[in-house]
Amino acid sequence: MTTQLLTYIFVGATFALYIGIALWSRARSTNDFYVAGKDVHPLANGMATAADWMSAASFLSMAGLIAFLGKDGSVYLMGWTGGYVLLALLLAPYLRKFGKFTVPDFIGERYYSKTARKLAVVCLIFISFTYIAGQMRGVGIVFSRFLEVDINTGVIVGMAIVFFYAVLGGMKGITYTQVAQYCVLIFAYLVPAIFISILMTGEVIPQIGFGSTLVDSQVYLLDKLDQVTKDLGFIAYTENVKSNIDIFCITAALMFGTAGLPHVIVRFFTVPSVGAARQSAGYALIFIALLYTTAPAVSAFARMNLIDSIQDQPYSTSPSWFKNWEEIGLIAWMDKNQDGKIQYSSGDALENVKPSYQELRGSNGQRLLENEPNLSNENEIYIDRDIIVLANPEIAQLPGWVIALVAAGGLAAALSTAAGLLLVISSSVSHDLLKKTYMPQITEKQELNYARIAAAVAIGIAGIFGIYPPAFVAQVVAFAFGLAAATFFPALFLGIFYKRLNKEGAITGMLGGLLFTASYIIYFKFINPDINNSDSWFLGISPEGIGCIGMILNFTLSLSISIFTRPPPKEVFDMVDEIRQP
Amino acid sequence: MKDKTQQYWKANLKIVLSLLVIWFIASFGFGIIFSDTLDQIRLGGFKLGFWFAQQGSIYIFVIIIFLYVWLMKRLDKKLSEEEK
Repeated sequence: MTTQLLTYIFVGATFALYIGIALWSRARSTNDFYVAGKDVHPLANGMATAADWMSAASFLSMAGLIAFLGKDGSVYLMGWTGGYVLLALLLAPYLRKFGKFTVPDFIGERYYSKTARKLAVVCLIFISFTYIAGQMRGVGIVFSRFLEVDINTGVIVGMAIVFFYAVLGGMKGITYTQVAQYCVLIFAYLVPAIFISILMTGEVIPQIGFGSTLVDSQVYLLDKLDQVTKDLGFIAYTENVKSNIDIFCITAALMFGTAGLPHVIVRFFTVPSVGAARQSAGYALIFIALLYTTAPAVSAFARMNLIDSIQDQPYSTSPSWFKNWEEIGLIAWMDKNQDGKIQYSSGDALENVKPSYQELRGSNGQRLLENEPNLSNENEIYIDRDIIVLANPEIAQLPGWVIALVAAGGLAAALSTAAGLLLVISSSVSHDLLKKTYMPQITEKQELNYARIAAAVAIGIAGIFGIYPPAFVAQVVAFAFGLAAATFFPALFLGIFYKRLNKEGAITGMLGGLLFTASYIIYFKFINPDINNSDSWFLGISPEGIGCIGMILNFTLSLSISIFTRPPPKEVFDMVDEIRQP
Repeated sequence: MKDKTQQYWKANLKIVLSLLVIWFIASFGFGIIFSDTLDQIRLGGFKLGFWFAQQGSIYIFVIIIFLYVWLMKRLDKKLSEEEK
């Protein structure tokens, strides 16, 4: 059987499974729709949280990113797991005890203010849509490469599936499909990693192979990789390029941002008790750690394999994956020294970085480029980092079914996260904006209908993002985490741990954090991208890490304004006392 | 009653704070600030600082959460026994 046929079978089978689960777990009340009836087992919720959290970025992009960043890539590994410690210790049990439906719900009631609630909804929608755009790009890449359909068709199929189970099943449907999606995605991630680990180091467990010697040699993989990367003009793989303060701030922004992401927090509203919420956070992190400790091993294997399989190879005999990805436009080769061989080294091969292709073919059969060569270095290839995980099994020449499995896993990761995001968007619209603010007279049944309509509209908008991907998608990932860290985390944390915080303090804090972080990122990413370098950054902190400073600003504003304004009413003190009890 | 709940809250804060200290040392400490120094030491094929940044910190995070679950369960039990 061809790889493509296998891919169709795997993807088709998993999609059928998701639809089956959706039919079995339909939502009948708003309680079902928003929080899955609050009776999800902590273990199941742990898996669902892991799938919800691990997006196309974790599955497809992260290992590739780390493969090229080396030790600097550690910020993603620590940042995207360490946030769960904060979530488990500081937020999840208390928010579960509060026991309502959404994150703006808590902010609105704790700060006794509709303005605070609306501000929270705005932040939530902005953060969630930023995130969804990335998921849809992931779906598009998988479909166009492995099923050889048009990206738009791929996005529409993906939308239809999500529409079916999110609109029908709400949180309940999403929870149980996410459990299935976790199983698919983790299996799909581990199988190729184990294969490659055995091939390269003889160790079955990738986490151990990562630190072992290469097959038939006494040299450790990481030492060899350090040597090879240095020889090609890169910094050694296990050394940092970024400054310590920048690494510190990016890690902090990702951690606090993770703890403040509404679609993750809301998962802890679905378990039966406070104890279950704590446990569930532990299970979730185990399931996440399984992928996150494998990813850096995959990165090191992939970087090594990549260099081995193309360096100084004639283009005419280069491996087929190289040409396949070139056809899609995610790899490009410019034969700067006219020797017909591929040379890979540090620096951007092309002026303007991204390739734009001509219709013509070169003498070796490669796609010719419009770009001028970048003559300041010898590097001849452009590789999009997003392809590493998908290309890895092909680079290592694994069997076709493994490649098909990875395609199904990538789709599971993207769809599960998209569904979780769509749900928090729709519930914040139907519950926080309509029921709690503008249309308090609607019945539960009407509210449920509005929730479904909001979910459908949100899917439509997400689909448009997928079909016409805004050019800034990759640029704004920092946004989602920076904003969550600078707005939600302080408001939620102080809401629980500092009773005296009043609405004036919380609202000013969130607004200040939001405006500061957003302007800093917009200034360096869009208005003045030319000076986006460490010389002009504030204290040497990049836009990716600025959420950390935004968060400190939020804390400072909240606390100082609170002291000079009226304390919150007695009901709020009682409510906080109440959520502090198990 | 008021006293009991205040004691409970204080004990809770103590647990959370001590675990967060471990959290900070494992990630920001070993993984970032002292990472280059730790790199002098080797753990098989890994430099120790690199290992903490890409593997060790994550294992410690998992342990912290389960420690928290266990300590809080004990504390909750104590509270409910005292209330009887």
